[in-house]
Amino acid sequence: MTALWWLIAIVLIATAVWTISASKPVYSVVALLAHFLALAVSYIMLSAEFLGVIQIVIYVGAILVLFVFVIALLSSGVASFSVGPNRMKKGVWPAGIAVAVAFGLMTWKLAGVVASPKVGGSLSTVPGTAGAFGSVADFGKALFTTYLLPFEITAFVLMVAVIGVILLAGDRSVHDPSPKRAALVRREMREAILRGGEE
Amino acid sequence: MSGALPVAIGNYLGLSTAIFFIGVAGVLLRRNPLVMLMSIELMWNAANLLFLAYARVWLNNAGHIFAFLVITVAAAEAAIGLAIIVTVFRTRANVDVDEVHALRG
Repeated sequence: MTALWWLIAIVLIATAVWTISASKPVYSVVALLAHFLALAVSYIMLSAEFLGVIQIVIYVGAILVLFVFVIALLSSGVASFSVGPNRMKKGVWPAGIAVAVAFGLMTWKLAGVVASPKVGGSLSTVPGTAGAFGSVADFGKALFTTYLLPFEITAFVLMVAVIGVILLAGDRSVHDPSPKRAALVRREMREAILRGGEE
Repeated sequence: MSGALPVAIGNYLGLSTAIFFIGVAGVLLRRNPLVMLMSIELMWNAANLLFLAYARVWLNNAGHIFAFLVITVAAAEAAIGLAIIVTVFRTRANVDVDEVHALRG
């Protein structure tokens, strides 16, 4: 199990680095796919079986497909979609140093956290029947009783997202005609009125 | 899968921190908004991994519920972010966050 954990950890780090360093967005999506699959295995190792399945269904099945759709949509546009790997040519080193310093500080603080006995805890075995903790029944019972309000808020968040996406990316020409089209309509109306006057 | 965990909780903390800061570096170093969104997904998932690790250590379900909520919010965020990218691309025919100064159309 320990060897499997280290293998998963190496895969996670490698695919994360590949995600942010790939030359094309499609390669990033592939790397992220491998990352999410390894994460799902890692969740199952943490006895969170339902979350592992959810990770694959939602992230790989929904979010990554959405990314692929957008990449396909934008690549067929007029402009080329080859964007360089760096955001700021001069800012790579300052940004890298800032990230490294933040990482060091965080690791230092977390080492203190692990050292404290209360937070660090001991990795005890699961009591009771095997697989009760983190099972679908366990998760569902908690979700629909103790945490019912957060679950309802989730529905609201998703509804807001749907409405927002329709507002942002929907076809606006139906309700809000462009000036060119409005002028065309006005001209047609004028011509119709003139024709009516001649008759 | 019950039984003791293969490694100490400190390893999970280190792994999660490393993935999180790889995501931070991606947001800072890339200028392609799609890759920036993917880096944000990396950060969400690093947080999720830690939620689940501590839920397992303390045998408390709340971490699972919170990870579930995080996944939901991440899905909503990805949808909205991609819609913004598509809208910006439609008006500018260019996807580079450094050249987009205003959200006006």
